Amino acid sequence: MRTVTRNPAVSTLERRTAPETVPASAPPPRRRHHLSRWAGVAFVAPLVTYLVVFYAYPLAENVSMSLHRFTRATYVTGEAPFAGTDIYREVLTAPQFWPIMQQTAIFVVGSLVFQYVIGLALATYFHRHFPLSVLLRGLFLVPWLLPIIVSATTWQWMMDADSGIVNQFLGAFGIDPVWWLSADNSLWAVMIANIWLGIPFNLVILYSGLQNISAELYEAAALDGAGPWRRFWSITFPLLRPVSAITLLLGFVYTLKVVDIIWIMTAGAGSSQTLATWAYGMAFGKGTSAVIEYSQASVVGTILLLVALLMGLVYLAVQRKEEA
Amino acid sequence: MHTSTPTTRTASAWVKTGIGLVLTALMLFPLYWMVNVSLTQRDAIRSGGLFPKAFTLDHYQVVLQDQLPYLGTSLVIGIGTVALTLLVSAPAGYAMSSLFVPGRRVLNFCLIVAQMVPGVVMALGFYTVYTDLGILDTIPGLIVADSTIAIPFGVMLFSAFMAGIPRDLLHAAAIDGASHWKTFTQVVLPISRNSAVTVSLFAFLWAWSDFIFASTLNREGGSLRPITMGLYDYIGSQNQEWGPLMATAVVASIPTAILLVVAQRYVAAGVTAGAVKD
Repeated sequence: MRTVTRNPAVSTLERRTAPETVPASAPPPRRRHHLSRWAGVAFVAPLVTYLVVFYAYPLAENVSMSLHRFTRATYVTGEAPFAGTDIYREVLTAPQFWPIMQQTAIFVVGSLVFQYVIGLALATYFHRHFPLSVLLRGLFLVPWLLPIIVSATTWQWMMDADSGIVNQFLGAFGIDPVWWLSADNSLWAVMIANIWLGIPFNLVILYSGLQNISAELYEAAALDGAGPWRRFWSITFPLLRPVSAITLLLGFVYTLKVVDIIWIMTAGAGSSQTLATWAYGMAFGKGTSAVIEYSQASVVGTILLLVALLMGLVYLAVQRKEEA
Repeated sequence: MHTSTPTTRTASAWVKTGIGLVLTALMLFPLYWMVNVSLTQRDAIRSGGLFPKAFTLDHYQVVLQDQLPYLGTSLVIGIGTVALTLLVSAPAGYAMSSLFVPGRRVLNFCLIVAQMVPGVVMALGFYTVYTDLGILDTIPGLIVADSTIAIPFGVMLFSAFMAGIPRDLLHAAAIDGASHWKTFTQVVLPISRNSAVTVSLFAFLWAWSDFIFASTLNREGGSLRPITMGLYDYIGSQNQEWGPLMATAVVASIPTAILLVVAQRYVAAGVTAGAVKD
């Protein structure tokens, strides 16, 4: 989610455009009434089983691992001693914890702001139909559907210090080559790539939001002498607020959980380390000699899990507010 | 603009198209660059020409030799993920939209949260579970993990669409004495074909693109690993060969391109389906 971030995008769209769920208003024939109480349960049973076995169980294992001290040795024997909240304390007081929190915040907020602003500008632009607008808007979606590892590899090469096209381009304006993937600059490098990845998602959702705004409003405003700028701030922006809220919320979730774009470009080196890549690196980092810190990774994982839970509640609240 | 004559209006429309073309070209430039590098001879890659003047197809030959097994594995995993996703999410979508389900609100909330759980958290949990079950580095294990991305999405898409199916149709089937199962397979499923295509499409693309699960749950799988791992092997090697690397990236993008061209109609149909139904 993509991955991008990115899976509930269409489902949100669906939910937003779908009519209200109609409860089976006219009751089915009486003799079947008792049966249909169980039919729903039967049809939903595979999903519930699936969620319990393949969601709840792994997530519970993750939490349990954060409370037991797993090392390479105890992982094999399965006799990790219970550690209570010790590992949580270790992780929260680790010297890299606050810098990583800070980098994560910059990465998430920076990505969101630019993705949203560029996405909204493009959605507004493509909303005024012109020849080829549908085709071009379709092409904008390609980066969204590509494997992230493909995009990340390409960006890595484009940002190569010696022969990358980005530095060649900057050089044409007399700007010295930038060591994009070095420890200090890597946060900006992965942020640029991530903004690029997120633009299609923002474009799609905001465009669908624009389509729900009545054209008559614009015509009336134009007759009253409101210019395009005024029309944008007085009509488009306020009426788009519910859609914007959902877009930013989902964007937040995706950006927080993204691993592949960062891992492929920098392996979380230097300033590009976020909570998600930190957890990934501690548990699955390259090289067999590296110290594997499953428990510490699970602590970070549990923090991310709590944020996801919180965001789910916020999502519901936003949705309910919209329906009210 | 309201007073403009038809000719200036057409002219301004084409200016918009021109700007639109430039914006699209900027957006897609990285993809062009990937193709460009993949077609450039090894010793000319570093000079960074805007066109593959030193043209070659050698990199693709290397890819065909190295990567075919991974492509096959990815295909199997993609198809398996689609099958599992449809099997679980279509009946659930029917239940959530048209039948009495105790605790529907709770289930709905679980599906929303499920889509928000970071992949790395799932991978950590799955790694332990799979180690216990002994299905680490297997294709079925990876199919199950990949389907966790698609199933919550599938249920929500199916139930949004199925909620729009006219109730009369379902009641008519019930009055005719059709069981819920028969109503589902003979009335609901055929109508929901486009939603099924959309769900399948995204399930396949996500499984095909997956990096996190493949790189954690299937690290030691040898050639029974997906194409993303084939690409990752190239990235991880000491002397990064950008030609074959970019050629592999192009090959890994092919399903996206095909599906976008062939099935775009279905995606659009699926996305607007809820709005069109009365």
